[in-house]
Amino acid sequence: MNFTWAAAPHIKPRDSVSKIMLKVLLALLPSIFLLAWFFGGGVYINILLATLTALIAEAMVLKLRGRVVLKCLKDLSALVTAVLIGMAIPTLAPWWVVVLGTFFAIVIVKQLYGGLGSNLFNPAMAGYAFLLISFPQEMTAWAMPESLNAWPFSDIIRLIFSAQLPDAMTIDGITMATPLDVVKTQAAINPYTDVTVLPLGIETLFTQGWGWLSLSYFVGGLWLVQQGIIAWQIPLGILSALALIAAGFYFYDAQTYTSPLFHLLAGATMVGAFFIATDPVTAATAPKGRFIFGFMIGVLTYLIRVWGGYPDAMAFAVLLMNIAVPVIDYYTQPRVFGTRR
Amino acid sequence: MDQDGVIVFKGWNLKGGLDLEGHKDLSRQYSINNTAIPDELIYPLVDRSGNVLTALAKTGERVLKGQVIAGSKGVQGTLLHAASSGLVKENEWRMIAHPSGLKSECLIVATDGLDECCPIDEPVDYRQLSAADICEKVHQAGIVGLGGASFPTAIKITPNNVHTIDTLIINGAECEPYITCDDRLMQQYPSEILLGIQVLLRALAIKNCVIGIEEDMPEAIEAIQKAIECSGFNQIQVKVVPAVYPAGGERQLIYLLTGRETPSQGFPVDIGVVCQNVGTVMAVYQAIVKGQVLIERVVTVTGTGINKPQNMWARIGTPIKDLVSQCGGYNGPNERLIMGGLMMGFSLPDDSVGITKATNCILVATSKEVTKSSEAEIQPCIRCGECASVCPVNLLPQQIYWYSQGGAHQKCQSFGLFDCIECGCCDVVCPSHIPLVQYFRASKSKVFLKRREDEAATLAKQRFERRDTRQVQEKVAREQRIRVKKLALVKRQKESVSSSAKMQDKP
Amino acid sequence: MLWICLLFAILGVILGYAAFRFKVEGDPLVVDIEALLPQTQCGQCGFPGCKPYAEAIAQGKADINQCPPGGEVGVKALADLLGLDAKPLNESFGIEKEKKVAVIVEADCIGCTLCIQACPVDAILGAAKYMHTVIASECTGCDLCVEPCPVDCIVMTAIKPSVLNWQWPKPIPNRH
Repeated sequence: MNFTWAAAPHIKPRDSVSKIMLKVLLALLPSIFLLAWFFGGGVYINILLATLTALIAEAMVLKLRGRVVLKCLKDLSALVTAVLIGMAIPTLAPWWVVVLGTFFAIVIVKQLYGGLGSNLFNPAMAGYAFLLISFPQEMTAWAMPESLNAWPFSDIIRLIFSAQLPDAMTIDGITMATPLDVVKTQAAINPYTDVTVLPLGIETLFTQGWGWLSLSYFVGGLWLVQQGIIAWQIPLGILSALALIAAGFYFYDAQTYTSPLFHLLAGATMVGAFFIATDPVTAATAPKGRFIFGFMIGVLTYLIRVWGGYPDAMAFAVLLMNIAVPVIDYYTQPRVFGTRR
Repeated sequence: MDQDGVIVFKGWNLKGGLDLEGHKDLSRQYSINNTAIPDELIYPLVDRSGNVLTALAKTGERVLKGQVIAGSKGVQGTLLHAASSGLVKENEWRMIAHPSGLKSECLIVATDGLDECCPIDEPVDYRQLSAADICEKVHQAGIVGLGGASFPTAIKITPNNVHTIDTLIINGAECEPYITCDDRLMQQYPSEILLGIQVLLRALAIKNCVIGIEEDMPEAIEAIQKAIECSGFNQIQVKVVPAVYPAGGERQLIYLLTGRETPSQGFPVDIGVVCQNVGTVMAVYQAIVKGQVLIERVVTVTGTGINKPQNMWARIGTPIKDLVSQCGGYNGPNERLIMGGLMMGFSLPDDSVGITKATNCILVATSKEVTKSSEAEIQPCIRCGECASVCPVNLLPQQIYWYSQGGAHQKCQSFGLFDCIECGCCDVVCPSHIPLVQYFRASKSKVFLKRREDEAATLAKQRFERRDTRQVQEKVAREQRIRVKKLALVKRQKESVSSSAKMQDKP
Repeated sequence: MLWICLLFAILGVILGYAAFRFKVEGDPLVVDIEALLPQTQCGQCGFPGCKPYAEAIAQGKADINQCPPGGEVGVKALADLLGLDAKPLNESFGIEKEKKVAVIVEADCIGCTLCIQACPVDAILGAAKYMHTVIASECTGCDLCVEPCPVDCIVMTAIKPSVLNWQWPKPIPNRH
């Protein structure tokens, strides 16, 4: 009888990249529905456009690089990037915004660095940051929560693809500043504004949908942690850093600085902590390093949110810490069994 | 203390490791069977560590069971005995029990079925033997570690001036799936094992002994404990370790039982521990108490591809196919023949290979249980770190892989390449299906090759330089000789000239 | 001003002393270069041995790509050491080949000792009118003994794969 030769271990592997990516996508589903509920069905179009762009762009580059296209697409990593971009972009943004952002993320940030596993920066966040810097107006026009629920879907499509609003409507009339925008704008107008009088309470966050969205990301993230897909050290680092610093400033001066709970629930904190920073390719590897990586993202996020030029800072914080990963990895190598440090 | 004298660990205090499906019930409940004498016994003349054995029996000679037929020289030298009586055939190149599946020179004994024994030593009371006597007898019996590494046992138990030993650890933690040979030994021969331990304790001149058994072998635990109670060897302790792979790795078990870490480049003796496998202890018992040499061992023949999986007392040198046919043969087309376990064993292309002292298991697996080599489609590493989280020695396999595939073997070493015990946990959890351990083994090979080449280059350089100086010396010497001869010639010429002048003057 | 002069004088003395005290024997660069050469002593580079070639490289009289036994890997190592760009092997000095070992067909050997004189590492054993043999473990595979043999009884043979020299193969990832 003939037997095949193979090297040990002979046992079958347990997991696969596509399974991991699929679970990430699953964990995002509730948040997608919530986004659609609060900010309109445009999010579906965004995700669809991003997905198509990502798949076509990835296939194109893979072909150029002489790789087996289908086999690589099967890992679903491009899909995760696409969905994250589609969700990060305002639901009313014109179609070319999402296409451009996804193309940039896939081609420049991911494939030009060597494709899956070799990219230095988080593709979704690099794409987002690129859009935010290039098209600030389109990227901050978030719809008024629940205002679009009465709209027929055709109106949304028309708005996205040909920038036509239904009669008697203005873009200012249907959009609204996000809570973080409110803080930033007020601070710009008058640095001595008492933030407690602004509509920034926790109830407001929930009535405007952001709180629910954050919660859904949190729950999805916890499920991923439980499934062993993402490293718990990173979200813990981010959330603890953000909460600690925010609490410190809040208790020092509650009229100038918003509450820690506000920082945790507003903006991209939760999605960043559980879905963005945890991208293993661009995060630190060792457990200790992962906590440091997360903690520093939390610190940077707070710094940029409060004193920086942009209302939210998750994307920048993650990208900045991506640069620091090799250094963190170098200094946080675990002690090998039987060796002394 | 959960039961009398038994310490059960509540947790796995070693980092990493995997919970693997045991598949032990295929073979564990059947008692160890004896095997028929095979037509041929095959003995490779090279061992696992690359030591060459010299045949000590001549071609055509009739050897008896237990007669020394080959041996290796050097400090780590061992002896090999014929497992049955028969004629020594001419050496042949046969496939041997080696991961390469290559052929190598083998000594072959054509058995005659008489199974005629060498006269064996009168059994003596081990309590009358000195430590040196025991070591010598263990060496003469050809005993090596039966757990897989095949390190000569006599060397391990010979006292030296450098290390102080205080604990003997008996490895009964059979953590690899499918394998049950040690489990069966402990169930069936507990008092023999205890006597073997006594012999080893005497040789080491220590009192402390801990037997580590995995929690999923309750019968073995019970048997050993009962035997301890009956024999009164109360200094022997049984400790139950969690059934987590690789709890049975030498360094891992020592850590679990004593809390001591074997140093990275060192050995258990460096931390005062000697570790022996249950099978080895049994062999020591047979050698010292019964006066028998090591010619057979327990082998688990198992897997879903075998009709009647079981444990058997197999003569060293028995071809695998003989064992398989005594287990009811194969039950269909099989994917892989593995010598050793599912995690660390090596595959063999052919079942004509003879078993060695290191063979604890023959695993015949169908494609349902094992990877197909082509099936494992390697995808890029996404640095998820799963490998690092299951690594029992706390390495960062993803980093070593990164440097290994780029050929930076030096860098691999700084990330602990040689601390890798090749347990295979990282491979199992890798979502990108990267054969990590295979990369590490290839890197290790490359490092060894580089060392060999460097040594050869140094040697060549020395020889070249010596030849150079020698040639210079020879040249100088030759010139010297020529000068001397020339001078002599000139002198003679002068003399002859002057003498002829005198002659002319004369008349 | 005076103080500065004094200081420099002192420093000069220290430097001078250090140069004298810690003088390095031989050219350290030659030693480093030689360590990277395969020590085949084959002379294919055009120099009579690895050390002369190393000296020539150090003095800039030879290029780094003249050593076929060292191969591309060797060229790269030399380039790294010397801070030069790696370049392909100069084929006029020979091409990179698998390492072989010389074997004397003993039946044909006439015992002329020519190969013994040619061997740069004294790896051939024998005496005049007696059969010669190659000590395989010492042979560098330099080919130098093949040419002088009057009866062509030396063959360069490939090293046979065995369990002793076998290496775990590196996995070949299918391109992704």
